[in-house]
Amino acid sequence: MSIEADVGTSPAARAVAPATPAQTRPFAWSVRRELWEYRSSWIAPLAAAGFVLFGVSMGLMRMTHASRMISSLPPEKQAAIHMIPYAIAAAAIGLTSTIVAISYCLGTLNNERRDRSILFWKSMPVSDLTTLLAKASLPLVVLPLIAFVVTCTTQLVMLLLGAGAQLAHGHDSAQAWATVPLHLMWAFDFYILATLTLWYAPIYAWLLVVSGWARRGAFLWATLPPLALCVVEKLAFDTSYAWDLVRYRLGGSFHEAFVNMGPHPFGQHQMNFRLPQADPEKFFSAPGLWLGLAVAAALFALAIYLRRRRELV
Amino acid sequence: MACIEARGLRKSFGKTVALDGIDLKVEPGRILGLIGPNGAGKSTALNAILGLVPYEGNLRVLGRNPWTERNKLMQDVCFIADVAVLPRWMRVTQALDYVEGVHPRFDRAKAEAFLARTTIKRTSKVRELSKGMVTQLHLALVMAIDAKVLVLDEPTLGLDLLYRKQFYDSLLNDYFDHSRTIVVTTHQVEEVQHILTDLMFINRGRIVLECSMEAFEERYAELTVNPANLAAARALKPIYERQAFGRTALLFDNADRAQLSALGEVRTPSIGDLFVAVMGTDNSAPKGAVAA
Repeated sequence: MSIEADVGTSPAARAVAPATPAQTRPFAWSVRRELWEYRSSWIAPLAAAGFVLFGVSMGLMRMTHASRMISSLPPEKQAAIHMIPYAIAAAAIGLTSTIVAISYCLGTLNNERRDRSILFWKSMPVSDLTTLLAKASLPLVVLPLIAFVVTCTTQLVMLLLGAGAQLAHGHDSAQAWATVPLHLMWAFDFYILATLTLWYAPIYAWLLVVSGWARRGAFLWATLPPLALCVVEKLAFDTSYAWDLVRYRLGGSFHEAFVNMGPHPFGQHQMNFRLPQADPEKFFSAPGLWLGLAVAAALFALAIYLRRRRELV
Repeated sequence: MACIEARGLRKSFGKTVALDGIDLKVEPGRILGLIGPNGAGKSTALNAILGLVPYEGNLRVLGRNPWTERNKLMQDVCFIADVAVLPRWMRVTQALDYVEGVHPRFDRAKAEAFLARTTIKRTSKVRELSKGMVTQLHLALVMAIDAKVLVLDEPTLGLDLLYRKQFYDSLLNDYFDHSRTIVVTTHQVEEVQHILTDLMFINRGRIVLECSMEAFEERYAELTVNPANLAAARALKPIYERQAFGRTALLFDNADRAQLSALGEVRTPSIGDLFVAVMGTDNSAPKGAVAA
């Protein structure tokens, strides 16, 4: 810093400056800055994919014996067995992404008050609505999209690895391509991520509210009061509506999104493994979905209110 | 039109009254120093002006209601609330990218030119910068925004003397012109005395003194009195008396300078001395203050 005025703004210089302000994109930049701050949003799914691929490679190395056994099975059972690792990969990445989303929602509004950076964000011409929309877009749009792309890529790499291993063992690699219908799997990945995200929207909104409200211990505030409600209800009225509601919200999306799921959605026995059959009509007509989205919208409005008014921690 | 205009501005937190109905008017091109003890209501007043807290009473900043129109107002108002608010995880380039992306009046070239004169590396994260450098970065961002009002709340807190001096030098030489308005609160009053155009003392939510610096210089005089003339000087009703290096300094409000200079050495007092004098007589004397 020196005292020369070479970058100063003389009134003359400002007079020639364009009168119309530059175009800005507050929403896009707000999303981008969330990704800068919470780098785990893309690092964690990538890491999960790395572990999956590591495990798959290890598995392929000792595959010869098992594959001989499998090749004696009828073709449809072979196909089912081949699908299992792909389903595990999708589940691992999806679960990682969900955990990241939960951690993000609990942290974001709390951290900016804790480190006082909220004063910087609020010194910019970005409304609380835009900011909260950007924050909500992470668990609702950005993270599921990242999970989807990472899952698809991982499954593709798995298929290539599998085909490579087949070739190395002198088998016809066309078999690997034939038994794993990649496009169907990708569609399935998309459907399951989309339904899960919509189903969890009220959970994410609740976590944002707690994050914006709590001074500290956001995780405890988010989890213990609902739990306490369940316990009190059980003891006082010997009913378990609250507990059922919690369970339904945590696991209900699989039940609502697929046909005839039964107690073990992915098949009771590995030999019977199949892709569950998607039932979008059932999902989108489930009252639980729309009630959940309405609750999410209300909680989202509350989170905006809190960000406007809540003081620093 | 006044840049900032408040009438009956009031804010309480529970039973604590932080602002007790203040009236305020700041014209364009002024540099107002808002001076007060801790907890006097300075930051609350600034937060109300910046649309960070709801309030009672009437407040207009650049003709807008700050609470309901904060995001529009922030196109024309900048603030540095204290040194610690830049996000610590952010890289210097990210800060530039972000502000450029969201602020329609940000001139990136100007910020880059300012940063080029510092030792700040573009790839550094805020957490890797010294406190002084963080303030330089924040100032670079703010000075590159063509805003009408700049609000500084303890901007130089915790900085060493060199950075503090550079901060105000840059502000005056590279930023301020007579179409802008600056409101600053600080405890380091001696450093802002020469840059202010207006002065306001605030205590327990009320304005206890309000004057332009020209009026300040005309109104107040400090007399370092010759010991022999002490009784005569005291008879002229000083508002404050202090001992300095074995001599007595008396502070006068609206006294005849010719009369005073016969009794000793007369000069314009520091804002700090006037602050102690005024706060001392505001019936809540801090320890050590002598009410005359």
